[in-house]
Formats: sequence, structure tokens, C-alpha cells
Amino acid sequence: MTNSSLAVRCQNVLKVYDTGGQKVTALNGVNLDIAQGELMMLVGPSGCGKTTLISVIAGILDQDSGCCEVFGEDLLSLSNQKKLAFRARNIGFVFQAFNLLPSLNAAENVSVPLLINGIKRVEAERKAVAVLEQVGLGNRIKALPSELSGGQQQRVAIARALIHNPKLIVCDEPTSSLDHETGRNVMNLLKEVALHQDRTLVIVTHDARIFEFADRIAKMDDGHIIEVNKINAPDNLTPELI
Amino acid sequence: MNHIALKMLMGDKGKYFGIVMGLTFASLIMTQQPAIFLGLMSRSYSFISDVGLPDIWVMDSKVQFVDDIKPLQDTELYRVRGISGVEWAMPMYKGLLKARLTDGTFQTCNVIGLDDATLIGGPPLMLDGKLEDLRRSDGVIVDIDGARDKLGKPSLIPGGQPVALKVGDSLELNDHRAIIVGIAKVTRTFQSQPVVYTTYSRAKSYAPRERKLLSFVMVKAKQGQDPAELTRRIRDNTGLAAYTQAEFMTLTYEYFMHNTGIPINFGISVLLGFIVGAAIAGQTFYNFTLENLRQFGVLKAMGTSNWTLLRMILLQAVLVGSTGYGLGVGLTALFGYLMRHSILAFKFPWQLLLFSGTGVSLICVFAALISIFKVIRLEPAIVFKG
Repeated sequence: MTNSSLAVRCQNVLKVYDTGGQKVTALNGVNLDIAQGELMMLVGPSGCGKTTLISVIAGILDQDSGCCEVFGEDLLSLSNQKKLAFRARNIGFVFQAFNLLPSLNAAENVSVPLLINGIKRVEAERKAVAVLEQVGLGNRIKALPSELSGGQQQRVAIARALIHNPKLIVCDEPTSSLDHETGRNVMNLLKEVALHQDRTLVIVTHDARIFEFADRIAKMDDGHIIEVNKINAPDNLTPELI
Repeated sequence: MNHIALKMLMGDKGKYFGIVMGLTFASLIMTQQPAIFLGLMSRSYSFISDVGLPDIWVMDSKVQFVDDIKPLQDTELYRVRGISGVEWAMPMYKGLLKARLTDGTFQTCNVIGLDDATLIGGPPLMLDGKLEDLRRSDGVIVDIDGARDKLGKPSLIPGGQPVALKVGDSLELNDHRAIIVGIAKVTRTFQSQPVVYTTYSRAKSYAPRERKLLSFVMVKAKQGQDPAELTRRIRDNTGLAAYTQAEFMTLTYEYFMHNTGIPINFGISVLLGFIVGAAIAGQTFYNFTLENLRQFGVLKAMGTSNWTLLRMILLQAVLVGSTGYGLGVGLTALFGYLMRHSILAFKFPWQLLLFSGTGVSLICVFAALISIFKVIRLEPAIVFKG
């Protein structure tokens, strides 16, 4: 596989937290490549470094050493301003706790990434309505997060992650706050609407019920990737990634 | 993003109301207490400001403030009149005399004796009768607050309000009969004693026998004559003290500031009000930002710059600050308006608006800065924490 078809390339990534004088190694030389158009799941026990790894991949946390390239950009070498702009353009987020702004309605929440990218409010909300229709919430555009069920809130969060057409979507436990059926619906939605050949999904999860949606699953423990399993990866995904 | 900032601020109506109320309360105590203090201090020189015509007040050189009367000989009046640049100079008596009320009790009054011919130095506003009526036999003019309250006749109902004196009623001033010929409105004095106006010669007959009874000489400068220059000339030629009206007011004000416990006692209360107000306002706004820290973290993770977040927080601070400030000073003004007929001292000049406005702005900016500092240091990775 060529570098140009890689969405993420992590090489020997190290991250140590200093928690009150005690050093905790969260990532201990992580090597991982993720192809464009792939749905990669990161799994492993609590504290194994999954969340730290997607934070580094998403450019919201700097590693201490090693290299993490996202679409060919070494995020550590970018200035803060460029990194912000890179995140705003290329990365979508889906969180376990949804993290919708409670005082904004669904359409306003979805329009936030466009506003950050400098799009006018009217135009951003018009697009938000279209994306909400795409995720099946066309009839709840004025609803506040508190008026939506957990599944609906997660669909709003997915719409928010999609609206600016990012190349990478990082999801942190997107189904763990949801019941089984709603979780599957959310995963179906992510797979159908979010995933395509130009967009990569990286999902951190504990939820074994959704492993079947992954193209590949990277298992982590103690700050390392200990194995990468191919689940639904098509044959044209290069074997060396597995 | 301003729209989001405003929605974040006002989305939770209860919380928004709480922040605004906190700032309203802060503004209220930051303006109301100083307004009472200023009102009280302005009463120290209210007698001087009520006398509008003269440019210069001449008195004994040892006088420290308006109520510190050190009488002059009547001949000093003629010496002052002889100084070049003086348009006119008129005598004034000012002294505390006891009035005997109809129920036999005594009340100390501020008796003002005005030049018999010109009646210069009279009350600023006549409510009943005319100033010229002072020329009638035994005529005196009484201020409305004194007439209603301290000089009032006993109520016909036991425990009821005193019956206000009116034109035609009589008083006994130092064993002399005085007939009320007018009711005037004057600014309350510091001691809030009733004010009784009469002529200079009659005031001298009311006052206990003394060799010197002239309290002040009021001077009008000739047209084109610089009052400051004239005061210097009067001082040089007579050895008396001469002050412009503003200087005399300042002298009195300064005396009260430096020689009484009022500034310290009241100042502590004002300072405490300011500190408590600042603490409430700052804490309220800071808590609001802390509660929204996760939301700011989400925005930061999605690519919002620190500068944009800073603008959002400042916008929120300016909005709650100005709303709370407006409501606070509005309530203070309402308080002053409702108390305008009471004994309460209250003065609300534009400088106080500026002072409290600056205070509230500083609090909001300070609270916003602490919040901004927190947001700028915020790791966007907190969004992935549960």
C-alpha cells in the first residue's frame, strides 16, 4: 500500500502522562497504519491507551515522541493555528456522551463545524437540515438535546461529524450509552452514511456487539497494539496492514 | 460563533437569570451605599450650595467649616464693602437657637438672619408665602421638613404624626415670639435641624447677647472681576478668610472627611459593599464558565481557536455585565426616587455611575480573564473523558 492511500500512519508513538509526579505511559511505541475508506476499531481494556491514541490521531493531544501522520501531515510539526485549521477541515468527532451543546437545537448543533470553518449561519443551518434529514432526523431539527432520546442525540452528533465532509471521523465509544438495537442502528448509520472510500472511521469501543461492523480491529494493551485482526476488510486492503 | 456564545449564555434561563441577578445585586450595593455616603457628605455643605447669589463668603480666619461660626464685628462688613472689585457685601447671621414648641419641649434650630434690606441668602424655594413677608413684624420662614416634623405641633391623636406648622402659626425663639410667614424648601443639613429664616436685625435680637454676631459676609464680585483674585484681595486687606462658594464647600467637606469618623465608618461599609459585590459577580460568572468548560473543550477540539473562544467569553461577560449593571443602577435610582421625601441622604451623580460602571466592568473583565485563562489552558482531549 502506498503512503498516499493511507489515512493515518503512527510510528513508534510514545505518550507519558505526569499525574502528580507519577509517570504513566499511555502509549508505548504504537505503530499503526489505517487505510483511507477503512473502518478501524480500537479495542482493549480500560487504561490501555485507546483514547490517548485517538486523541493523538485527531490532533487534540501531542505525543511525546514518534510520528503520527494524518493524510500525510505530521500533526506534531504543525503550528497550533494550522493544527486547528486542519482539525476544523478534516476531522469529525463522535463522543460517548454525545457532547452536544445543550442550549442549541439539533440544526444549530449540527451547523457548529461549518461556523467554525467560517460559513455564514443561515447557509450552515440550511446544510445542517439536509444532513439531519440524511440521518433520519428531518422532523426534529428544532429539538433541543434534552428533548431527544440517546439514539437521536447520537444521530445528531453523527450529523455534526459529517456536515463539513471531513476525511477522518473519530468516534469514542459511540454505542456504549445506547441499548443494543439503538447501538446497531447507530453503527449501521455510520457505516452507510459516514463511511466511503474517501472517509476513514476510527472507533474506540468496548462493545463487542459491534465488532462485526469493523473492517479491522486493533487490539491494544498496556500502551501497545498487540494484534490487528481483519474482520470485513476487502482483499484489496493490503495484507501488510494486518 | 457570537450566536453560539449568546445561546450558551441564555439557553438555560434559570442560570442566566441567576448570573444577571448576581451582577444586579453587585451593582446595586456598589452604587446604593456610595450614593447614601455622597448624599450624607453633600449635606455637610448643603447650606452653602443653597445660597446662590454671592460669589464669595467672608468669615473669621479660624473658621473650619460652615457650622463652625466664629462671629465678626459688624464693622468688618464695611471694611469688605470698601475693597475694590466688590459689587455688594451683605451680612448673614447663622446660629443655633432653641425654639420652644407648643407642648413645652425645646428644639434646636438653625436660625439664619438675612440682610434686612435685600434679604440676600434666603431659601432657594418658597412653598408658601413670600420672602418679602420676612419684613412683617416677628416674621420667620421655616423649612418644610422642620415644619412637618421637629417643629410640628403635637398630634391630636395620641401617638399620631405631628401636625405641620403653617403660615400664621407662631413659635417661641429664645423667649421671643416669631410668626411663621412662609414655608420654604431647603436641602437638608448634616444634622437635619429645622432651618428658620429671619432678618439680620431680628436674628440678632433672638440670639443671646454677644459683642460680635456677624457670622458671614456674602460678597458679589463686580462684573469682569475674577472671584479668585477678589478673595485674595479681601484676605490681604482684612485679614479675614475669604472663599469662593466652591472653595467654602470643599473646606466644609474636607473638614468632615478629616475630622469625623464618617468617612472611615461609612467608607468601610462602601468598601465592603464593593468587595462583596465584586466577589458575587466574579464568582457567578466564573462558575458559569467552569460549568461550560466541557462545551468550550468540544468547540476547541472541533477547531475553534483560542481567540474565538476569548471573543465568545468576552461577549458573554459584556452582555451579563451590562444587563446586571443596568438593572442594578436602575434599582438604585428607583430606591433614591422612592426615598426622595424621606430623611435618607442620597446623591447619585454621573460620576458614581461611571465609578460603579468601571467597577462592574473590571469585575466582569477580571472574571472573564480568569475564565479565558482556564479555557486557553484547556486540553481539548478532555472531550474524550467520560
